[in-house]
This record gives sequence, structure tokens and C-alpha cells, in this order.
Amino acid sequence: MSITLSEAESRRVVSGYGVPVSPFVTGTSTAEVLAAVETDASVTFPVVAKLCGRAIAHKTERGLVRLRIADTDALAAACDELLGKAVPEDGEVEVLVSTMVDGNRELIAGLNDDPQFGMTVMVGIGGILAEAIRDVSFRLAPITEVDAAEMLDDLATQRLFGEFRGEPEADRAAIVEALVALARVGAEEPGLRSADLNPLILIDGKPIAVDALLEIEEDDDA
Amino acid sequence: MPDLGALFDPKGIIITGVSNHPGKFGFVTLHNLLASGYEGAVYPVSREPGEVLGLRVLGSIDDVPDGAADMLFICTPPAINEELLRQAAAKGVTAAFCAAGGYREAGAEGVEMEQRLVALCDELGIKLAGPNGQGVVSTPSSMCAQIVAPFAPAGKIAIASQSGNFVSSFLNLSNHTGVGVSRAVAAGNASVLGIADYVEYFTDDRETAVSLVYIESVDDGREMFERMAPLAARKPIVVVKGGASAAGARAAASHTGALASDDAVFDGMCRQAGLIRATDVEEAFEAAATFATQPLPDGDRVVVVTTVGGWGVAAVDAMADTRLDPAALPDDLMAAIDEKLPPRWSKNNPIDMAGGETRDTVPEILQLVAEHHDVDAVVLLGVGIQSNTASMMRNGPFFPDHGLERIVGFHERQDTRYAEAAVEISTATGTPIVVASELANAGPDNPAPATLNALGRLCHASAGRAVRSLHHLAGYSAWRQARGL
Repeated sequence: MSITLSEAESRRVVSGYGVPVSPFVTGTSTAEVLAAVETDASVTFPVVAKLCGRAIAHKTERGLVRLRIADTDALAAACDELLGKAVPEDGEVEVLVSTMVDGNRELIAGLNDDPQFGMTVMVGIGGILAEAIRDVSFRLAPITEVDAAEMLDDLATQRLFGEFRGEPEADRAAIVEALVALARVGAEEPGLRSADLNPLILIDGKPIAVDALLEIEEDDDA
Repeated sequence: MPDLGALFDPKGIIITGVSNHPGKFGFVTLHNLLASGYEGAVYPVSREPGEVLGLRVLGSIDDVPDGAADMLFICTPPAINEELLRQAAAKGVTAAFCAAGGYREAGAEGVEMEQRLVALCDELGIKLAGPNGQGVVSTPSSMCAQIVAPFAPAGKIAIASQSGNFVSSFLNLSNHTGVGVSRAVAAGNASVLGIADYVEYFTDDRETAVSLVYIESVDDGREMFERMAPLAARKPIVVVKGGASAAGARAAASHTGALASDDAVFDGMCRQAGLIRATDVEEAFEAAATFATQPLPDGDRVVVVTTVGGWGVAAVDAMADTRLDPAALPDDLMAAIDEKLPPRWSKNNPIDMAGGETRDTVPEILQLVAEHHDVDAVVLLGVGIQSNTASMMRNGPFFPDHGLERIVGFHERQDTRYAEAAVEISTATGTPIVVASELANAGPDNPAPATLNALGRLCHASAGRAVRSLHHLAGYSAWRQARGL
């Protein structure tokens, strides 16, 4: 049996390997969330708040995401609302608050334990059309920086990496570093079956994951 | 690493199941072995001794002199092969190619027979190829030990295939193009020796410059990657893959899993391991033929040299889908070419000589381009046109009068020279010069393709196909350079 970790758990795992994720805090009550935002200077308004838990895989579909929250009062209201939406089947839940980052370019990156090739790492063109466009490149984890750079070369949509809509050229070295770190998650994290960083947004050319979802194999006796 | 010397360069071969019937595998194998000029000892064996193709057929392997043969070629049914293998081992046989079927592919009983075959060969110290394979070819030993045709000219391509039929296809292409082969083997059921084992042998093999493999199923992709990547670092490996594997279908909980098609993952594995992946059999053979006969380019900058405009444009168009760069001509190269051609030449890449060439122009311009340090590779187009004209004159009603004999001879000598120059200059400068003309197929007797064929170099059948081969060379070169190789 495999289970999905909550977004907060997933973020902690991947960032532990050096994968860049947007700054975030969590709390199980509105007061706890507000206190956490207060003390963590890296989380700055506007923020996004999401209700997350292991049993919650489709936050957007259930309306469990609040975007562009401008201040503490609005955040308190959003937390109350989100926590009120939890149903008993969701199990343990918490509110995740992260700095709202905006960029025009979205990549998707991930891991998949392939039945023939073992753990693989992927990067591709992200966004809601990612699965339709299928402009992706895979390698077997772990990978070197050279492998990661070649993965980016493999993508057909190279124009996305140049200067784009007033944003600077993509920082290929930073993306390479993120992919090498992600592949290490795949190679080293016990029981991992798959991971999605979707999207991986380019901010000032550098990649930052604003969502993460890890699927792990649970021991049968667990 | 398995030493497959007795499989590819045996000093003597025992063939089992050799009958008088020219339609039977044993007969065909004996025929092909003798027809290819194999010079080692050949011992046909059958339950019915007699004479086949002028050779005495022995009634038993026990009649083979001790130590005279080190390879056993099996055309007899599974039920008796274990006994034959024991007898052969006692005579000094260390390798066997089992062409016979009736093993794993034939159901539950066959599976058990194959397991016993494997265990026995292991016990006897015999390297087992097959079973259920079409045979093995080795030009250094003039050996065509196959139940089907053809043999092939000697060369530097080594073939291992999970489909016997594609061994024949590659060998047919070798015969057609003149680009020769060192070894070829059908893996059959690959119960012991698999593609990676053969490629390992080819990589150490002095007779081989490039491995060419056809893969249909990948049992353990991770193992394949780990074995092939270090080999690819030493010698190029061209791969063509058929079929999608059902094992890849796992219900995907993630976007990444949903995007992980078999093809995307296999492709990524190839890119990572440095395997050169071709899309089909022709492209794979042509890439291997180019690796086997051309120097590697140092980079992606390609200059097209042509006597005809259209093919030059087609070549540059074809580069759009590749890593190749139809680079602008450097000023000093422009100036040097200006000295050789009338003012109407194209003055950019492609270098279209626009009919301005005289007797020595093509070789001179090839030399200037190929030796320039800002040029990594050259595509030569438009060869064979003069001889095509000559052919119509030679076969028309006015030959040899009206000066036709003289001009026909000139045209034909010129195309021969162009082909020779492409070979000589690429060898001397270390810059690959790929040549393309539809006459490779449409007029193979034309002196341009015919000369390349005789020199063992590929004449691609179109500009696009030449570009594709060059793309593979440049890709492998870049893979090596990125890893400091």
C-alpha cells in the first residue's frame, strides 16, 4: 500500500535535500498559524493558505486553497474557514501558509519508481496543460549536474528558458541544482514511489516549488 | 566478462543435424559456412552418416578428433541436445550456438528443457548463445554460421539483436551499402548470453568500432543501464528499440507517473548512458555505418557543400530537427572559396557551387572547408550528377562519336574523384564528410555511390538521412565531451 504525505510533510522532505520550496509555516489552529507567521520572517504577505493532510490529495478541487491573502486579519478568516471545511475522513489536518510567489513560467518536476528502470527523475514544461503537452525528460536517479543540464537541453520548449515577458533568462544552474537534489530524494528516501513538484515556478529565473506531493510505500505491518 | 572468442572466432565447428535435405537448417548452416569461406575445421554430424556438400558426415560427435573444434552449432531437437553437449564438451567445445527451437518459446515443457540446457552448459563450461536463434556471423573468420542468409562484407560494425530477422536486415543493408560488419549474432531466447554480454565483447573487440543493437524487451532496465553506460564511454553503441513493454503500466498516482511513458523513460536512459538511439532499422544502420567509417566531429557546426541548390536547402532544413548548426561561413573561408569559384556561388552555407566547378574544384573546396577549425563536419551533395549525364550519353544512339566517349570518361572519372576525395580528406583532416545522393538507391552503379561502396563508406540516400547520421555522431561526441571523455 502506498500513501501520500501531506504537502507540508512532502515539502519538509524535499527541502531537506536542498530542493527549493517557497517559504512556509504550518499550524493546526488559527492561533497557531498566526503565531507561526508572526515568528517566521521568511513568510511574507501576500500569502497562500491551504488545508493539508495525508488524506487530502486534491486541494484545489475541494476549494481548500486561498490565494493572495493580504494581511493578518484576512489570514485569520481564511484559517477559520479552511479548518471548518475539514471532514472526519480527512484525518489529521493542518493549515499551510506560504509566501505567494508569482512567475509566468512553470515547470513540473518529479520522481517515479519505474518497474523496469527503478527510480527515475523528470523535468518538463509545467502548468495545467503539462500532461497534454508532454514535453518532459527523464533520467535514472541519481543524476549528475551534467545529466540534469542535458535534461533541460532535451526539452523542446527551449524558448521558455530565454528572457520571457519581462522576466530574466532562466538560471539553468539553479534548475540543475534543484534537479540533482530532487534525484537524491528519489535515490535515498526510503520507500519513495513517486513525487510531484507541480508547479516549479521560475522566480527571477530561479526555480521554487510551490507544491509538493510525495507518495511512499508503507510497510505492510505499519 | 565472458570470453566469446570460441563463438566468434572458433578454430573448428561441429554442426549437428546435418541432413541431405537442402531445406533443412543443418544443411543450410553447413552450406553458408562453406560458402562464406570459413577456413577452420568443419564437422557435420548426423544420425545418418554419409556425404553432404562434399564433406563426410560423422555419425557421432565421438568421431570428431579431440580438440579440433571449440564451437558447437546445434540444429537438432531439444530431446537429444543434452547428450550432444556432453559429447562436445568432452572433445573440447567451449561455446555453443543453439539454433534449435522447442525451448522457452514452446510452452511449459520447453521452459523446463531450456532450464536444463542452461544448467548443463554452466556445468560443462560452455558459453551458450540462443537457443532459438538464427546464428552467428564473423567476417574476420569468414564465418556465416546461420540457418538463413546473408553473409556480409568485412567491416567494423558489430550487431547483436533480439530479433534474428533484423540481423538479416542489417546484413542486407551492409551488402547493399558496402559498409561492412565485424560480428553479428541473434540472441534468440538469450537464456544465458544477452545483448549486454555481446556488447561487452564487442567493446573489447579490436575488429569492432561500433555496436549496433536491436532491443525488444528489457527485463531489468536498471541493470542494462549500469552495464551499458561504461561500455558506451569506450565505444559507440547504436540502439533501435521495438515494442512497448507492459511492465511499464502502473496506475499512476502522480503527474510524473502519468508522464512516464515507456518510451520517455527508455529515451532518457539512452541519453544518460550515452547510447545512440535511432528511430528505425535504416536510421540505426546508417548511424552505425557512419560511426564505423568517419571521424567523430568536435562540435555541431556543419557546412554543406553542394553542386545543386535544392539538396543544399533540404540539408539545412533537415538540421532544424537536430542538434546540428548550419553555421555561417567564416570570413577567411569565404575569401578562400572566392578564389576557387566564379562570383555567382552562393557566398553562404550551403556552399552552392552553382555549376562553377572545374576539374579540381570539388576536392579543393572540400579540403578548404574540412580543414577549417570552425567547421566540425561537412555534408557533400550533388555527387553522381555528371555520371548520370554520362550514362544517358553512353547508352544513347550517338555514343561514342561526336566527342561523347571523351566527355563520358571525364564525367565518370570526376565522380570517382569526388567520392575518393570525400574519403581521403575526412581521414586526413579528422572532419567527418558525409555524402548523400538518391543515386545510392536509384543508380548504385553510378561511379559516385559505387566508389563509396567499394571504399566501404556509406553514400546516404538523401540529404536528410545524412544529416540524421551526423546528428548522432555529434550527439555522442557532445555526450563524451560533457563527461570529460
